[in-house]
Amino acid sequence: MPLFDRKDKSRYATFTRRTLMMGGAVSAVMLTLGGRLYQLQILEGGEYATRAEDNRVNLRLLAPLRGRIIDRFGVELANNRRNYRVLLIPEQAAQGVDQALDTLGRVILLTDHDRQRILRDVAQNKKFVPVTVADNLSWDEFARINMHLPYLSGIQPDVGETRDYPYGASLSHVLGYVAAVSPEDMKNDDDPLLNLPGFRIGKRGIEKTFDRQVRGTAGVSRVEVDAYGRVVRELGHTPAGAGEDIYLTIDEQMQNFVTQNMGDRSAACVVMDVQNGDVLALASTPGYDPNLFNAGITTPQWKALTADEYKPLLNKAISGNYPPGSTFKTAMALAAVDNGMADLVVNCTGSIRLGDHTFYCDAWRIGGHGHVNLPRGIQVSCDVFFYEVARRLGIDKMAQAAHAVGLGSPTGIELPGELDGFIPSRAWKLARFGIPWQPGETLVNGIGQGFVLATPIQLCMLAARIATGKAVVPRLTHQVGATLEPHPPPPPLPFSDKAFALVREGMTLAVNAPGGTAYGWRISQPGLAMAGKTGTAQVRRISKEERARGIVPESKLPWNQREHALFIGFAPADNPRYAASIVVEHGGARNEPQVELARDVLLFVQQRDPSRIRPAYPMRAADAGSVPRGRG
Amino acid sequence: MSSRPYAAARRTLSLSERLLEVNWVLVLLITVIACIGFAMLYSVAGGNFHPWALPQILRFLVGLAILAGVATVDIRVWMNVAYPAYAFSLLLLVAVEVAGHVGLGAQRWLELGPLEIQPSELMKISLVLALARYLHGQSVEDVSRPLKLLIPLAMIGIPAVLVLLQPNLGTATIIVADGLSLLFLAGLSWWWIVPALAGVVAAIPVGWHFLHDYQKQRVLTFLNPASDALGAGWNISQAEIAIGSGGAWGKGFLKGTQSQLNFLPEKHSDFIATSIGEEFGFFGFVFLLVLFSIVIAYGIRIAMSSRSQFGRLLAMGLTLNFFFYIMINAAMIMGLIPVVGIPMPLISYGGTAMLVVMFGFGLLMSVHVHRQVEIPRGSAGII
Repeated sequence: MPLFDRKDKSRYATFTRRTLMMGGAVSAVMLTLGGRLYQLQILEGGEYATRAEDNRVNLRLLAPLRGRIIDRFGVELANNRRNYRVLLIPEQAAQGVDQALDTLGRVILLTDHDRQRILRDVAQNKKFVPVTVADNLSWDEFARINMHLPYLSGIQPDVGETRDYPYGASLSHVLGYVAAVSPEDMKNDDDPLLNLPGFRIGKRGIEKTFDRQVRGTAGVSRVEVDAYGRVVRELGHTPAGAGEDIYLTIDEQMQNFVTQNMGDRSAACVVMDVQNGDVLALASTPGYDPNLFNAGITTPQWKALTADEYKPLLNKAISGNYPPGSTFKTAMALAAVDNGMADLVVNCTGSIRLGDHTFYCDAWRIGGHGHVNLPRGIQVSCDVFFYEVARRLGIDKMAQAAHAVGLGSPTGIELPGELDGFIPSRAWKLARFGIPWQPGETLVNGIGQGFVLATPIQLCMLAARIATGKAVVPRLTHQVGATLEPHPPPPPLPFSDKAFALVREGMTLAVNAPGGTAYGWRISQPGLAMAGKTGTAQVRRISKEERARGIVPESKLPWNQREHALFIGFAPADNPRYAASIVVEHGGARNEPQVELARDVLLFVQQRDPSRIRPAYPMRAADAGSVPRGRG
Repeated sequence: MSSRPYAAARRTLSLSERLLEVNWVLVLLITVIACIGFAMLYSVAGGNFHPWALPQILRFLVGLAILAGVATVDIRVWMNVAYPAYAFSLLLLVAVEVAGHVGLGAQRWLELGPLEIQPSELMKISLVLALARYLHGQSVEDVSRPLKLLIPLAMIGIPAVLVLLQPNLGTATIIVADGLSLLFLAGLSWWWIVPALAGVVAAIPVGWHFLHDYQKQRVLTFLNPASDALGAGWNISQAEIAIGSGGAWGKGFLKGTQSQLNFLPEKHSDFIATSIGEEFGFFGFVFLLVLFSIVIAYGIRIAMSSRSQFGRLLAMGLTLNFFFYIMINAAMIMGLIPVVGIPMPLISYGGTAMLVVMFGFGLLMSVHVHRQVEIPRGSAGII
């Protein structure tokens, strides 16, 4: 058989030809692949490099340390403490999440509720995301976990920072609290920190007012992550900017004294420096433990706070609107002097008639106060005298004077939720009720009843303004971070010196002269005497029938129908330095709790004299008190 | 080498002579390519020989032994075993349909004791052997005769359909491409080729209906990867990002972020070559393509220098099979064609694939060693 026949030759030629064609096709494909590589890597390489970088680099926010809140002597009122907590990393739990929790449950207490939350968090996250099992652990619990750690697989102890309020309820209404971010908070705030799990923001008080300043700025950690989002390593790090410290005018010891003395009453008390408006104490009782909100308040705790008729969540010092009662007479007296009534003498017979109505004085049973001039009118709190003053002034001049001393509008204290108080006017009455102003209403409002409302902080400001004759404004902060809060010297008020002198005389008599409404609680230490004005505010109407039959004694009325008890005052009476206002809700008409409290507070503040002690931090000399000197 | 041809034609070579005849330059090239693969497997494991690089090296060493062994076996022996090997592979393919091990949603493995066999891999070699054997006996005219054409078409079609049923579109495509290439090289008339190509184009819409949903999804995603960038388009997008971000010179060995950080799926198997693009850049990848091209050129030279039609067809069939792997895998990871499960030969991690590729090179080398052996057309290849 021939090895090479013609057919073989023909097919070898065909094979060679077609093999070369195939070789050409292979070359074309290789060139195409090379061209595609050129396009991807050379032409578009930069764009893909960016996308690869985006893929692998993730930005992680770092929470800043929240600024401290510090009192005038450097006491930390709000700070950060270590939060001992335990995390669970599901993928590291060798025997599964359930087993890990069972084992941990023998070391610390885990409720079924906790377990449900943990298992839900585990299910919602990727397996390498740590889930908080428990936080705010005690050192004992934390130490116990660390000791048992060798056989707690997947459990990781961790130390974080959490807000702490060492003085608890006493300062709750000044400081407020921090709590978890709500969806509403996110709407008006685009700070990326709010998205950080577990981040807390200020919800009330100073924490809310200065939230932006104490919050600080987010730090950023650039981390390399893999396709599952697991952190591989850190590439760069911008540390978080710690929040600024807030320096308050508050004196923690003063605040504590006030709160202690208020006891379990539903009351408010403000103490301030009449010279510069520094609020030394601002208390509202009962308070609440602000630490509850940070850790996450439970439903029963929240219900207990909201159901309490003493309203522990309300800052009564700024958000409580009360009829000022007889304390309002001091403002009316200022207007009276400047409207030609400096020498007015009224013969009080126990009541006054206007039209069809009879208006009674407190002293109606004993036949009235007799002849009463302005200081004596304040001393004995003669209603008939001030009915006459009101009748002569008329509502327009009364409202004008009330506004001049700062009533009817917020003081601008650095706290959220301050109320305006209320001073009525003819226009308001007509618009609100469709009835014109009645002359009788002028008399009722002239003694601080009827429509007039004021907050305790307004009343304290009123006392300070009477004490100085200047438009003092209360303030809570000296300094935010390194920035001093502006504090222009107060302008004079539009009343004559004589007016202030007569009103101060009346207030001095009311406390220090026999027959004065607060004589029983005068301060007898030489040079520390206080001046003041009592007030009671009716919360119910006393009908003519009841008056004829005999008024039901306060002690027989239910708590919430008793009269509010008020007091405003300043000390020393002859050279005022401190002012205080006190409102005891339904404290009764016998002037006992609030005047006694005022005496103790004004005596304590003079003996302690916080305004004359140099603060623990730098302040302008003008603010530091007129006679700066060291403690002791 | 030049002193031997005459003698070689006359008598059977001794074992040592055959080993000397092996083209060791080609073996060196193959080893270099495999080493690039080891380096990449080491890299995607985060700079670790485990879990991929070390087993791959061991397999390659076994593969080298297989290559040498296969190369020294006379080409006529391979001609004799061609049909039985084909029949055996077909049997295994049917068996995998019946009792296959389900992996990745597709039946591709067959467990024979400790061995996991992928019959579709065996089939590619067997088909090339059997078709070369069949076409060896056909003249150019015979190839285009309708009745005689039916036999090779059936030899191609039956395994192709079985593999497609697994379902494994990529391997089925390669089986069809291998078979048709051999028919083309054997001299199939253009009167068949041109209408057939036209028919394929026309049949594409019909074929669409027979694709599995996941295959359709792959095609659709390929056409518009951005439509599903985090789902099915993920593979394509991430592979392109990996290659593209490599730039001209790459990020450096062990510094490929895409593969190290698991953004790449199948980073050790089908998508391993993306790491080459990422870590060694345009020039690195082109270097690899050049190495592949030289290997292919060697294969073509071996085919052209063989003195038997069986040897020529076998060598070209194996070379083109190798090329199709490279083409499909490279085009896939570069986003030129839809994602199909085809590994990069010598580079991708995988036991069966490595051994089969090395077996193929052994056959190629056998053709080279026995290039002077002339086998008559009518002969059954008896030594």
